[in-house]
Formats: sequence, structure tokens, C-alpha cells
Amino acid sequence: MLTRLLSGDTPRSGLLTLLLVAVLISLAFAPFLFPGTKSLETAARICIFIVLVASYDLLLGYSGIVSFAHTMFFGIGAYGTALALSTSGPSYWSLTWGTLAGAFVAAVFALAIGLFSLRVKAIFFAMVTLAVASAFAVFVSQMSWLTGGEDGLNYKIPRELTPAFKLVNDKVFGVRINGKLLAYYLVFFASLTLFLVMLRIVNSPFGRTLKAVRDNAFRAEAIGYKVVWYRTTATVLSAVMAALAGSLLAIWLRYTGPATTLSMEIMIDILLMVVIGGMGTLYGAVLGATLFILAQTYLQNLMGVAAEATSAVPLVSTLVAPERWLLWLGVLFILSVYFFPSGIVGRLRAGRA
Amino acid sequence: MTERPILETRDLTIRFGGHVAVDHVSCSFDRGTLTAIVGPNGAGKTTYFNLISGQLKATGGTVALNGEDITRHSVPDRTDRGIGRAFQLTNLFPTLSVRENVRLVVQSRARKGFDLFSIAESHIELLERADHVLAEVRLIDQAEQIVSALPHGDQRKLEVALLIALGPQVLMFDEPTAGMSVDEVPVILELIRKLKADMDRTILLVEHKMDVIRSLADRIVVLHNGELVADGDPAEVIALPVVQEAYLGKAPEAA
Repeated sequence: MLTRLLSGDTPRSGLLTLLLVAVLISLAFAPFLFPGTKSLETAARICIFIVLVASYDLLLGYSGIVSFAHTMFFGIGAYGTALALSTSGPSYWSLTWGTLAGAFVAAVFALAIGLFSLRVKAIFFAMVTLAVASAFAVFVSQMSWLTGGEDGLNYKIPRELTPAFKLVNDKVFGVRINGKLLAYYLVFFASLTLFLVMLRIVNSPFGRTLKAVRDNAFRAEAIGYKVVWYRTTATVLSAVMAALAGSLLAIWLRYTGPATTLSMEIMIDILLMVVIGGMGTLYGAVLGATLFILAQTYLQNLMGVAAEATSAVPLVSTLVAPERWLLWLGVLFILSVYFFPSGIVGRLRAGRA
Repeated sequence: MTERPILETRDLTIRFGGHVAVDHVSCSFDRGTLTAIVGPNGAGKTTYFNLISGQLKATGGTVALNGEDITRHSVPDRTDRGIGRAFQLTNLFPTLSVRENVRLVVQSRARKGFDLFSIAESHIELLERADHVLAEVRLIDQAEQIVSALPHGDQRKLEVALLIALGPQVLMFDEPTAGMSVDEVPVILELIRKLKADMDRTILLVEHKMDVIRSLADRIVVLHNGELVADGDPAEVIALPVVQEAYLGKAPEAA
């Protein structure tokens, strides 16, 4: 039953299983285990990024396609939901159609880019996606009458998903059962479902064919697979998943702007999360996203503590000053890529006897 | 009353700039026959194969399969219609297991490639078929190994296994025994013989080893500088002076 849910793709490493279960339990009970606004924000962000990073791995790891347009699809999903909610009111109906419209537009874009440019060299595809994504970001910031430009959009979501809505008047285990909690569980279960769907896709006959195309497209054609269609379908699926992740972000934040969805910075983050976790293993997305976002969120605090503790030592305290957190984040990434070239999951799986 | 040929090329030509690699080659192949294609290095044998299976597009002339003109068809379309190819340089899926390589071919034949929501491993019949082929080429003990870690001889066997798993009407082997150890060569030759005799397939074989050609071929086609220079019964063709000169470049060897 459990194996079937995981599509037969078990972690195949004791330590990896342990880590994944730890992440799952932490996210499932985050509101109770780690009370507080900041930790709930972080948990929701991790859920959403697991989906986003996994959908990128579908392209990079499983299909061998390098795309720089992934944040564009993420943004299309987020803006779809945001625009629907801000134009037709905070109802579930607008939430649903906005999400579906976002996913649909993302699919059409991906299909067009795919058919137009996946026939040619990989580098050309990467360049096309970079150009299209940059143009899209400029387009969104210029169309301020529709998208709010650089300021983005603030909007209301259905009342049941906001902190103002109280499900139970008393606290349960010291936690207020309100709309924000419901919104978190919406994000959590949607992310879990999307992740399991992707796990199924990569273990389906289609997913296996993607690996063959990645390994040797020339031979894949010679045994009868139409390579362009496989690559295009992978691009479309990955775009739809990214758009759905974007919609979840739009619902969670009640705000959508270029900085939270479309920036090249996020694109680079996604790339790093995939590589750190391990390409071509969806579980890598789970660990990559979790570690990265935890580091991004808490490294600064941690360093603040370290700086205070070492304030007596002149050089060390300067080095670990909180404002240098980006430097240390960079050092951590270089080290992790150096020591785990096949990612954390690749390393753990290779380590098993 | 002669049967229509399975495969026919007419004036098939390809130019690379000024160089004519295959020059107006017209030739037809009948069901259940094995034709050896011989010629010195650079004669255009592999290029001729590439034109038939579609990796290269002809500059002129036509390729017809069962009377249907397939000159403009893509590689997967030709594969669908029954043209299969094993490659001279090993051309496999290196990060996947031996079994998975064969399973992918079987899956392609079963047209399951766009099945998105079932678990690949749950298609037992595909796995069984893959294992059957692996047993035939004696690779079943290496089924779990990753291809890139496989010895060269085994990779050659797997190359042949992929073509057998594909099971097309026309099978093209490009030096299937090159780089194989002496004791493995007969296994592959026996498989090719069985394909021809028991399964009534049409086989095109590029080969350098004369003893292999003598034991398998019904007919020999000689290419030289891209042109078809001789075509006929093996014994006769081998005896032709032009073949002695162009291909063997030496006096006839003792049989």
C-alpha cells in the first residue's frame, strides 16, 4: 500500500528514509511542533518549494532539459490565482478558476516554447527560455494597471482561510485553530498530493522513457520514441506543476509580486536546491528545498548567536557577524556540491551496502 | 512469380558538400534473406544504413518498405513500420540497467511510452519479455548491472539484444561481432541465423570477417566509393576480380 503510494520508488537507504520521515512529520505537525508565525511561514514555504523544485527536477534531472523559465511558470500560476481573487472577489470559485487558468496558460506557453525550440540543441532551448522569462518579467512589471507592476497585488482570500476565522474558540495544544491553520493544511496536503503525483509520473512508463531520452536521444528515436513529443510533454507537465505551486504561494501569502515569484534569484535558488538534493531523484527536491530554506531563514539568527558567543574573539566574531550570512550560505553550497556531486540523495543511496 | 521485395532503395544518394558518400544505389531485399554488405572502410556501408533507417536524409533517390515510400519519414516512424538497427559504435542508455535498456525497447513496441499514471514495474509482461531476450543473448546474469559499468563485449551483446527485442521486419546489423571475445561470436551468429530462418526476417549485415559472411549470407552486395559495384551469390561475388581488388585487396584466402 505504502509502496504503491510511492509508486514503487522507495528511498532505498535507511538514513534517507529517516530524513524523509522527519521532514514529513515536521511539516505535517508544524503548527503544533513549532508554534509561531515565522516558523509557520517557513513550513509553508518549504511545502511549496518542494513542489516547485520537484517539478524542475522533472525537467533537469529526468529529462536532461535545462530551462530558465521555471519561475515564469511559477509566476503565471501565482498571478492567475491573484488576478482571479482580486478581480472577481475572494470566493472559492475565483480561487479555483484562477488556479486552473494559471495552469492552463502555463501549459500553453510551455507547449509553444517546447515545440518551437526542443528540436534543436539543448543550449538553444536554455537561451530561449532565458529570453522568454526575462521578457515576461519585464512585461509583468510594465503592465502595472493589471498586475500592480513592481508593487504586485494584494488581495483577499476566502474568509475561512484567514486568521480572522476561528474554527474552535479554545486553543488546542496551545495553538489557535483558525483560518491560517486551515490555509497551512491546504498548502500541505496540496503539496503532498502534487509530490506523489510527480513521483508516479517519473516511475511510469513515460518517466522511464524520459530517462532514456536524457541518456541517449539518438538511440531513443531508433527504438521508436518520438523524442520531441516526450520532451515537450515533460516541459508542459513541469510547467503545470510549477504553476500550481505558484497558486499555492498566492493563496498562502495573499500577495503576489515579481520579487516573490518571477525573480531570477528564485530561479537560481531552485537550481541549487535540485543540485544539492540530487538530480533525477524527486526525494532530492524534498531535502534540497528543506535544507536550503531552513538555511536561508535561520542562518542569520544562528550566526547572530555565534557572533555574540564569540564577541570576545576579534577575528572570528567579525567572520560570523549576522550580516555575512550570504557568504556562509555560499560556502555551504560550494562544500555540499564538492562533497556530494550527486546530491544528498545520490550520496546516501551510494552509501548503502 | 516473385514476391515483392520487403525493402528497396532506388538511386539512393547522399552528398556531403562535394563528396558523394552513397551514389545512386539501387538494391532490393527479399523476405527471409540475409544480405552481407561489404566494402573497404569509407565505402559508404554505414551511411547506406543511416539512409535506410533515417538517421540521415537522402539527397536523392527513394527508400521503400513494403512498397511504401518512406524516404521522408522520421526515424521513429520508420522504426514503427518495421526497420530496426543495431549500431557499429555501442549506442546504449548508459546510466540505466541492462534489463531497463531492453525493457524500454519492449515498452516501445507495446506502445506504452505515453502511459503516465501506471507504475512501470507493474507491467510484468514487459519485464518477462525483456528477460527472455536477455536469456537469449546470455546477458541475464548481468541484468541488474548499470550499462556504463559493463565490459565492452557485453555491451555489444546488449546492442544486439535491443534489436532482437525490437523484432522488426528488417534488421540491420553493423559489425555485430566487432570487439567481442572469440567464444561469444558464435552465440551472436547463431541468434542471427535463427532470426532469419525461424522468424523469416530480412537481415542486412555489414561485416568484415569473411568466414562470418560465408557461413551466413545468401547474397553479397559490394559498395566501393559509395557505388554498388557487385551484387550476387556469395561464392561468385567473392571470386570477382573487382572484389578481390577493391575489398580484400589481396589474393583470395583459402576457405
